[in-house]
Amino acid sequence: MIDAVAIALIMLGLVFFIAGSVGLLRLPDLHSRLHALTKADNLGLGLLVAGVALLERSVVEALQLLLVWLLVLAASAASAHLIAQHARPRGESE
Amino acid sequence: MNTLWLLVDLTLASLLLGLAAAATLTRDLKRGVVLFIAFGLLLAVVWARLRAPDLALAEAAIGAGVAGALLLAALRNEVAIEQPRPSPVAVPPRALDMLILVLGATMAWALLESFRAADPARLASQAYAALDTSGVSNPVTAVLLNYRAYDTLLELAVILAAVLGVLSLAPAQAAFRPAGPVLSSLVRWLVPLLIVTSGYLLWVGGHAPGGAFQAGATLAAAAVLLRLGGMSRAGLPGNAMLRGVLGLGIAVFCAVGLLVVLAGHNVLQYPPAWAGGLILLIETAATLSIAAALALAYLGGRPQGWDQTTAQMPSTSRGDTA
Repeated sequence: MIDAVAIALIMLGLVFFIAGSVGLLRLPDLHSRLHALTKADNLGLGLLVAGVALLERSVVEALQLLLVWLLVLAASAASAHLIAQHARPRGESE
Repeated sequence: MNTLWLLVDLTLASLLLGLAAAATLTRDLKRGVVLFIAFGLLLAVVWARLRAPDLALAEAAIGAGVAGALLLAALRNEVAIEQPRPSPVAVPPRALDMLILVLGATMAWALLESFRAADPARLASQAYAALDTSGVSNPVTAVLLNYRAYDTLLELAVILAAVLGVLSLAPAQAAFRPAGPVLSSLVRWLVPLLIVTSGYLLWVGGHAPGGAFQAGATLAAAAVLLRLGGMSRAGLPGNAMLRGVLGLGIAVFCAVGLLVVLAGHNVLQYPPAWAGGLILLIETAATLSIAAALALAYLGGRPQGWDQTTAQMPSTSRGDTA
């Protein structure tokens, strides 16, 4: 039963990754591409981590996976912000 | 299940080759660097898949992380000249191609010979057999710091030589302007975490994948982050102290190697009872030296005030480092 839930979570996570990749390739401009990409990073990886943590059945492993997810969240949010800010027209001040 | 893994392996291998080709063939330098970083990360995954976690860690930290940062920093300094400059030495047009062909053929021959000559199974079993006397339980660390410590000592010397090259360049450029609130708060969170991770990798190297090179690269990553956050010295210590730190790895390594002679052993032949402690001591010093060297390479030149300390070297440095 737990395995089935885990596999469902991983599959759902993969859907977000596929959607993110398609979005990155197909969306017209930088900001909407960033939007697609961060969805894959945040939700996709989060679901993946939740699924793998269920499969592992060990609290320590689950906490490590959670830490990985939180670090990726912080890094992807910050880098998306930096890229978006860098892409703004030069004349526009803060 | 086996066919599934075969599919994964084939995908990894073809992606790796594709990235390597794309990174070398592209005309756009920035694109090449980004592809090289992606190549490094994928290579780390491949090492992990080959059950070589030590190499995976080193590749991710040094190959993709620090080398990528160094290349990006070099690109930043590159003035926008993309046209081929006339080479200072006149090289016949085909000579370079021939040289590359000869080198490639030699390497291929050496690789084939090594497959035939070496008996990896026997070497590995010897390494495992002597593990009890090596002072550590991680076979990779035992090889690097005990069985062929000489080789690792020379690697540290190579790094020091590279640093001397960096120091002979122009003064380092000024850092970027202070980072905005988002990046600064990320730096504030990540730097302590990286320092802790570096200490963990150093300690864990004795019994699991890790060690001085991975720990040093992780520490250098913290320095790169600090520099990106606007600190022009990237968290490096004062110049007199920096000299000491750069030489520390080799100094401690040599000191340990020679001190065991006094105890009646060969150079770098640690007494088994002391081996674990001595290896940790050497690795700690090496971690600091490697981190300082990589951070200095990222600075890309002499840090601020370096030339002044050179002039007053004999009088000030002794007092500062003591």
